[in-house]
Amino acid sequence: MAQRTLACTACHGDQGRAGPDGYYPRIAGKPAGYLYNQLLNFREGRRHYNLMTGLLDPLNNAYLKEMAQYFSALELPYPPPLATSASPAVLQRGETLARQGDVSRGIPACTQCHGEALTGVAPNVPGLLGLPRDYLNAQLGSWITGQRRAHSPDCMARVTQRMTAVDVTAVSAWLAARPLPGNTRPTQAPVTGTTGTKAIQCGSAP
Amino acid sequence: MRQRAINATQTVVKKLFRALVAALVTLIIVTVAIVWGLDALDDRQATSEPASGEADANVIERGAYLARVGNCMACHTTRGGSPYAGGRGIETPFGTVFSSNLTADKTTGIGQWNANEFWRALHHGRARDGRLLYPAFPYTSYTQVTRADSDALFAYLGSLPSVEQPNRAHTLRWPYGTRIALMAWRALYFKPAAFQVESSRSDQWNRGAYLVHGPGHCTACHTARNALGGSDVAHEFGGGLVPVQDWYAPSLTSPQEAGVATWSVSEIVQLLATGQSARGTTSGPMGEVVLHSTQYWSLQDLEATAIFLKTLPANDQEKDIRGKSPDPSSPAREAPRFAARGAQLYEKHCAQCHGKSGEGVPSAYPALAGNRAIALPVTANLIQIVLNGEFSPATPGNPRPFGMPPFALVLSDRDMADVLTYIRTTWNNQASPISELDVNRFREKAVQSGR
Repeated sequence: MAQRTLACTACHGDQGRAGPDGYYPRIAGKPAGYLYNQLLNFREGRRHYNLMTGLLDPLNNAYLKEMAQYFSALELPYPPPLATSASPAVLQRGETLARQGDVSRGIPACTQCHGEALTGVAPNVPGLLGLPRDYLNAQLGSWITGQRRAHSPDCMARVTQRMTAVDVTAVSAWLAARPLPGNTRPTQAPVTGTTGTKAIQCGSAP
Repeated sequence: MRQRAINATQTVVKKLFRALVAALVTLIIVTVAIVWGLDALDDRQATSEPASGEADANVIERGAYLARVGNCMACHTTRGGSPYAGGRGIETPFGTVFSSNLTADKTTGIGQWNANEFWRALHHGRARDGRLLYPAFPYTSYTQVTRADSDALFAYLGSLPSVEQPNRAHTLRWPYGTRIALMAWRALYFKPAAFQVESSRSDQWNRGAYLVHGPGHCTACHTARNALGGSDVAHEFGGGLVPVQDWYAPSLTSPQEAGVATWSVSEIVQLLATGQSARGTTSGPMGEVVLHSTQYWSLQDLEATAIFLKTLPANDQEKDIRGKSPDPSSPAREAPRFAARGAQLYEKHCAQCHGKSGEGVPSAYPALAGNRAIALPVTANLIQIVLNGEFSPATPGNPRPFGMPPFALVLSDRDMADVLTYIRTTWNNQASPISELDVNRFREKAVQSGR
């Protein structure tokens, strides 16, 4: 499979451990359902990157699922996070948003869906650690503008529309600076007592 | 005296000029009248065909098959959108034409059409209200579709869930969007025509000819178009550059390009059914054709198509094609200068899969040595495959294709020109060099719009 997917690892790095330039994200070890949904999102026009779309156009769902499962099963060590230039106040705001959200504005904590350890929840919710800050900023930003979409109902679109640019910068900075825990695998089940998330329906993680 | 002579000359010139203008205006009026008259005549003829009257489950099933054969969905569905609801932009050199909603919705689709009106669209290129259709809808081919097949298609479309999605207005530049421009185009390049059976040929051959000329609309890409978008009928199947997309559909008549006269029927069938064969691999838009259309064709139809394609007359005439690399008649004159660099790059980036001597790996990586696609006079396909990477279509016969990585981020224009020139001039490949400029044109395109 490694040989069949050289077209993927050309940009996403050897074994999908992330590209060198801080934009092409790591795909190794992400939940299989999440990776599969992203492949469909690119092919069906809910995410936009011409190289990805062009490569995926000739492929069918069965093969895309197999690719997703292959990369998901790869267990590779994560590099330590890059040093952050963000101020302690910004990082504090980021951590608060990630761990507690902002109830007054209806922003749920990241941990509510992405797992207490933020390493994701199998099979569909991705981890948020070990990603470059630029990538996180770009994703949140493009969700706000509608450039990135997911299966409807699009929960992340609703969450990000309640966030300001300052929120986005803060949470991206904190997430990108956070070291990974010992166990980097996604957890198997959502956190218990996720009352906040029930209010937001997720088409990609039903 | 002299002044009087000058005045007299001026008067004569003025009179001549007026006469000339009057003649020109008359000519224009007469031409417009003729074009208009032809159009009106054509419009009257277009409504005179009787319906075949069949419409049961078998007919619908045949219609579904024909829709696959014609690959209707590819244009009439947006990325991720409702099937057959239209709205996909077809980019042409004249602007963008948006495909229409073919579902049975009464207000935005074709729910109010009858089988006659549908036939008129396919056969005459006219909408229900008599409006002329743009030839991005390949009615120049569909005109050969039989009335029975048209009715089956119509029955199938009518059986689909109706989707309310208004059609988008085309965005064509003046004057291409005007009715008179379309009338003139049709007067020049289109005549409704039924498929002509050649009685000296077998039924199988005729079936293949019908599929290729009619519903399969292969000429839409494999025959070159002129500056006005008309097909170069004198060089039918002689290969053409797909406008805007800039993929070259190679000649099906040339032994140097994609002619299949020397292939076995089963090799041709395999290529169309799986996207891959020992003799060649599909890529770009043809990969999409395999993915959405030919992999679903029945074995009988694929065999018939192969038998027909094998009999296309060999024709290797020089073509005048935009995008052709410069001076293809002097292969590799400049090559030695870059050969060492190209060889190094090949060793580093390509040899792992395509082999040290370009021999490839059967059913995984195409051989580059002796590969006709490498030596095509138009280099657009080659450059785009290396820039953007490529998977062959995933089909039951080739369910897990190996991917070619994109090199847009790894190789500079010069790297790419050198390595491609090396590939095109080594192992008995004798094609023209590729320049940095050739590569650069496509890199800009890749950045702007993908493919």
